Amino acid sequence: MERSRALPYLLIAPATIFLIALFVIPLVQTVVLAFVDDGAWSLTNFRKMVGDLNFGLSLRNTFLLVLVVVPLQVACALLMGVMLQKLDKGRDLVLWIWTIPLGVSDLAAGLVWLAIFQDRGYLNTLLAAFGVIDGPTNWLSYESPGSMFLAVALAEIWRATAIVLVILVAGLQLIPKEYGEAAEIFGASPWTRFRKITLPLLKPSIQSALILRTVLAFEVFAVVYALSGRNFPVLVGEAYAWQHVNQNNGVAAAYAILVMAISLAATLAYIRALRVNPETQP
Amino acid sequence: MSVGLRRVVLWSGVVTLCLWVLVPIYLIALGAFGGRAGVFRWPKSLLPWDATLASMQTFLAVEGVGRAAVNGALVAALTMLLSLALGAPAGYALARYAFRGANLFRLLVILTRAFPLAILALPLTVTFIRVGLYDTPLGVALVHTALALPFAALVSASLFMGIPRELEEAAWVFGCSRLQAFRKVVLPLALPGLAAAAIFAFVISWNEVFAASVLTVRNKTLTAYLLTVLAESPLHYRFAGGFLLILPSIVFIFAVRKYLFAMWGVSNK
Amino acid sequence: MKPIAAWLAGAALAAIWTTAGLAQDVIFLSTQLRPVEEATKVRQVILKGVGPVTYAVEEPSPFQTRMDAETQAGKRTISLVGALHGELQPLVNSKGLSPVDDLSAKAKERGVPDALMALGKLGGEQQMYIPWMQATYIMAAHKSALAHLPAGADVNTLTYDQLKAWAKAVQEKTGKRALGFPAGPKGLMARFFQGYLYPSYTGGVVSTFKSADAEAMWTAFKDLWQHVNPNSTSYDFMQEPLMAGEVLIAFDHVARLKEALNAAPNDFVTFPAPAGPKGRGFMPVIAGLGIPPGAPNRAAAAGLIEHLLKPETQVAMARELGFFPVVKAELPSDLPGGVKLLVEGVAKTQTAKDALPSLLPVGLGAKGGEFNKVYMDTFQRIVLRGEAPRAALDAQAATLAAIITETKAPCWAPDKASNGPCPIN
Repeated sequence: MERSRALPYLLIAPATIFLIALFVIPLVQTVVLAFVDDGAWSLTNFRKMVGDLNFGLSLRNTFLLVLVVVPLQVACALLMGVMLQKLDKGRDLVLWIWTIPLGVSDLAAGLVWLAIFQDRGYLNTLLAAFGVIDGPTNWLSYESPGSMFLAVALAEIWRATAIVLVILVAGLQLIPKEYGEAAEIFGASPWTRFRKITLPLLKPSIQSALILRTVLAFEVFAVVYALSGRNFPVLVGEAYAWQHVNQNNGVAAAYAILVMAISLAATLAYIRALRVNPETQP
Repeated sequence: MSVGLRRVVLWSGVVTLCLWVLVPIYLIALGAFGGRAGVFRWPKSLLPWDATLASMQTFLAVEGVGRAAVNGALVAALTMLLSLALGAPAGYALARYAFRGANLFRLLVILTRAFPLAILALPLTVTFIRVGLYDTPLGVALVHTALALPFAALVSASLFMGIPRELEEAAWVFGCSRLQAFRKVVLPLALPGLAAAAIFAFVISWNEVFAASVLTVRNKTLTAYLLTVLAESPLHYRFAGGFLLILPSIVFIFAVRKYLFAMWGVSNK
Repeated sequence: MKPIAAWLAGAALAAIWTTAGLAQDVIFLSTQLRPVEEATKVRQVILKGVGPVTYAVEEPSPFQTRMDAETQAGKRTISLVGALHGELQPLVNSKGLSPVDDLSAKAKERGVPDALMALGKLGGEQQMYIPWMQATYIMAAHKSALAHLPAGADVNTLTYDQLKAWAKAVQEKTGKRALGFPAGPKGLMARFFQGYLYPSYTGGVVSTFKSADAEAMWTAFKDLWQHVNPNSTSYDFMQEPLMAGEVLIAFDHVARLKEALNAAPNDFVTFPAPAGPKGRGFMPVIAGLGIPPGAPNRAAAAGLIEHLLKPETQVAMARELGFFPVVKAELPSDLPGGVKLLVEGVAKTQTAKDALPSLLPVGLGAKGGEFNKVYMDTFQRIVLRGEAPRAALDAQAATLAAIITETKAPCWAPDKASNGPCPIN
C-alpha cells in the first residue's frame, strides 16, 4: 500500500522537476522584474500598464474573442467528432483533412486570412463577381471594427478548432459502443443518447480541451496582428509591444502576469465546474 | 428523417467542413505558386493561371536551408520524445489516482501555456548560455517540450481515464505485474491518443519561432531560419515560405493518422 | 520505435558534424537587410572573399533579447552587430557594446561626416558604433496620380496643404483614399512625426511638443487623414500597398519602398516629403556597426568593419541593396531603375531650399521605444479617436516630460540646444 501511495508522485516527478527548471525559475525571475522599479519594490509597472491607452481596450477585446471563439470551437469540434463516428467510410481521410490546420503556423494562418479579407482579396473578388460590391472594399480597418472582429474570430476558429477536435476524438473513440446501442434499444432518441451518454462520458476530454483551448485563446496574438495590426489590441500583443517596441520589460512582465492570472482563474473555474472523479470513470 | 436523407445531410455537412478547411490552404498554395504577379491581381483569380515555381525555388536555394531543415526535424523529434516521456506518466497518475496536489500539478502544467514565452526568453537564454545549451538543438527542444508538455499530460490523462480500470485490474488478477498490465493492456488502447499528443508536440515545435531564433545562432530550425527573414519579404515569398513550412506538418499528420484511428475497430465493436 | 531512434541518432550526428565544421567563423548579426533576396546578396556579393563570416539576420526583438542574454551570461558568440541607431542605443545602457574609438580615425579618413560620427557616440564620450550605411524617408507616387495634382503645385516642393488637396482630388476622381502612411505595428510612423511633421510645423520635436503650433498641426493632420487609406494603421511597409495599387501616394523609409520601385521603375516618381510653415523637415536613417565587449573575434570584426566601409563595398551596397554610402564614394550612373528613383528622391530631399534636417533622438538610452510611443499615442488619441488636441497634448506631454527627466536628454536638432534636460514649453 505504501508503494502505491508514492506511485503517483513518482510518476509526476520527472515532469515537475523539468517544469520547475524550465518554467518556474525563469517565471519567478520575470515576476520579480514586474514588481521592481529602480531597484526597489514598487507597483510602478502595473500602474503604467493600467494607465496605458490600450489597456482597457485590449482587456475587453481579449475577453470578447475568448467568449465568442472558444464555445464555438468546442461546439464545432463536438459536431465534427459525432459526424466522424457516423461515417462508414472515408473516416481516415476526413479526419486528416479536418486536422490539417493543426500544422499551420500562426504566421501562415494570418497570411491566408489576410489574403481573403484584404481590399483586393478573395472575399471581395467573390462579392464583386456576385455584384454585391462594386470594387475593392475595406473590411479590416479601424473604421469597420465589426467586420474586423468577425475576420479575426473566423481565422481563429479555422486555425485552432482542430486541437479541440483531436482531443475530443481521442476521447470519443474510447466510449464503448454498447452503451449507445443499449440506449437505442430502450428507445432513446439520438439527441438523448448524445446528452445522457456521450457528453457525460466525454467530460474528461471536454475538460482538457476547454482548459487548453481557453488558455491558448487568452494568448491570442499573431493572427490578430496579421489581420488588424494595432487596431484590435489584445493583452499578449500589448505585452509584446511593451517588451519589443517600447523596450520596457517591466510593463511587459506586468501584462504577462495579468494574462497568467486570468488563465489561472479560468482553469480553476473549469476544474471546479467539470469536476471529474477518477474513481467514477469506467 | 429517412436514412437516405440523413446520409445526405451528414455528407453535405462533412463536405462543407472539409471545404472550410481546404479552401484557405488552397489559397496559400495559390499565393505560393502565384509569383509576384498573382499576389496583386484584381479581381483575384481562383485558378492557378500564373503558376510559377520561381518563389519556391528562391527559397530552396537560400544558403543553409538544408541544414536548418535537419535541425528543425531533429528538434521536433526530440520534443516529441521528451514530451511523451515526461507527459504520459504524469497523465497516467492524474487519471488513475486521486492524490493530494493533483490539481496543483495540473495548474503548473497549464500555466506553462498561460505565460507568453517571449517574456520568459531573456532569463531562459541567460541560463542556457551558462549551462552550454545555447545554440544546440537539444536546448531548443527542451523549451519546446515545456510548451508541448501540457498537451501530452492532459491528453494522456483524459485518455487513461477513458480506459476502464477493470481491464487493468483483470490483468493483475491474471498475474500481470503493474508494469506488464500497463504495457499489455493499457498502452495499446492509449496508443492512438498518445499519437495525438505526439502530433501536437511535433507541430508545436515545428511552428515555434521566437525561442528557436533567440536560443540559436548557427543551429536555427527551418521555421526560425525562414520566418525571421520572411516578415519583411515581399508577399509572394511570404506565401511560399508559409506554404513550405505547412507541408511537413501536413505530411506528418498524414503519416500518423492511422494511429489516430487504429482503435475505432477495437473499442467500438 | 527503433527506426526513429536510429534516425534521430543519425540526425544528431549530422548536426554535431555540421556545427564542428563552422565553429571557427566570425558571426555578424544584423537587424538590417533581412529579406531573403537581400541577405543572399550580402552573403554572396558584399561579404565575398573576406574569409569565414556567418551573416545571421534577426528581427529587432529577438536581437535585443539575445544581446541582453549574452551580456548577462557574460559569454559572447556574436563578434559584430549591425543595426539601426535606435536599436543600438539601448545596448549602451545594457552594456552590449564596447567602444570602437580605435576604428573611428580610419572611418573619418574614409570620409564619414562628423555629424554621423557624433551620432555613433550615442550621447556619450566614446565612439560606440561606426556608421555603416544611411538612408532617409521619401515619398513615392504612382504616375497616374500626378494628373490630379492641384493647380500650381510642384510635386518636388509640395506643402502639407497641397498634399491634402492632392489626396482629396485623387479621392474625388478615383473614389479611393489613395494616400498611405506606415502606421502599422512595425511601421516607422513615429519617425514621421518626429522628423517630418513636428519640425515642419513647429520647428522642434520635444520643446514644441504641446505648443500652439503643435495644436494647429494636429488639427491639420487630422484633416488630411480623411483622405488617407484607413488600412494605413496596418501597413508596416508601403511597398506592398503601392504594388497592389491600394495606395497611389506613400511616405516611407527608402528601403521599405524599394521593392515597389524595383518592380516597376517606370510607373513611379519619388519626391521629398511636404513642407510646413517652418520648413521641410527630414530625418536620416543610420545603421551602424558595433562590437560587443568580449567579442570572440574582435580583430576579425574590426577587419569586417574596415571591409564594409571601403568605397567599393559601399557602392555595391547602394547598387544591390538601395542603402547609401556613409563614406566618400561616387555612385555610378548605371544604377538599377528602382535604386535610381531612390537616389533621386533622397537628393531632392537633401538639396531642397527649405530643408530642415532633424537628428535621430540621442541620449534617450533604453527609453527610445517609450519616446516613440508618446508620438504614436498622441496620434491615436487625436486622429483616430477624435480627442481634442489640447487635452491629448497636455496629457501626453506629462509622459514625455517624465521620459526626458529620467534620461536627462538635452535637446537635439531641430530643437534649440539646451543646458540640461530638454524643456517642454
